[in-house]
Amino acid sequence: MSVRLYILQRATAAVMAPLLLLHLAVIFYASSRGLSAADLLGRTRGSLTWGSIYTVLVLAAGTHAAIGIRVIASEWTPLRGAALESLTWACLLLLVVLGLTAVAAVVLA
Amino acid sequence: MSGALARQRRAPKARGHRRDPLWAAALLHRLSGLALAGFLPLHFLALALALKGELALDGFLKWTANPTVKLAEAALVFLLTLHVLGGIRILLVENLPAFGGQKQLAAAALVAASLAAIVFLLRAA
Repeated sequence: MSVRLYILQRATAAVMAPLLLLHLAVIFYASSRGLSAADLLGRTRGSLTWGSIYTVLVLAAGTHAAIGIRVIASEWTPLRGAALESLTWACLLLLVVLGLTAVAAVVLA
Repeated sequence: MSGALARQRRAPKARGHRRDPLWAAALLHRLSGLALAGFLPLHFLALALALKGELALDGFLKWTANPTVKLAEAALVFLLTLHVLGGIRILLVENLPAFGGQKQLAAAALVAASLAAIVFLLRAA
């Protein structure tokens, strides 16, 4: 892993750590109360706070996961060079596009 | 090829490090991250059901009340908690070299993740 990717991997981890602890708290809150879709969307729709938190989380998680998959692929598979580069970018694009769509669905829709 | 290099290539790989608890912690961190990365697209697709309206998302949420799904969710809570706490430990050891007790911290992360999954199951039941 290059120094640039290493720093990006650690920086996204540092950004995600507190947000994921918050996300775990949200998971426990929502599951224990058995919230319906209306209850959930009633709390998230139009919320700048939840929209911002989850947008940052999606961007950081997409980047972190793409770099992690790249590292694992380079160590555990014969993938190298352009194939490894393509895998990294494909993972990043897939997670960021799907993630931002999900955020838009629960905040803006 | 020199004789020393040939002997080195024939020698069995050293695997003693695999008995180290921190090697197991690193492997678990890697595997939990891989599993979470595989789950994320499905998670995002499920949330995107809200684009089709509340009813579509509600139908999915009712499906998650299934005990098998609850068990799978508890496994995800375990993996997420383990990966987050393991990641915090890695950030600490890399940025604060004087921070000791790495094996204890790794064990604590495993215990905390197991407890989180159990508490999740009990509260969701």
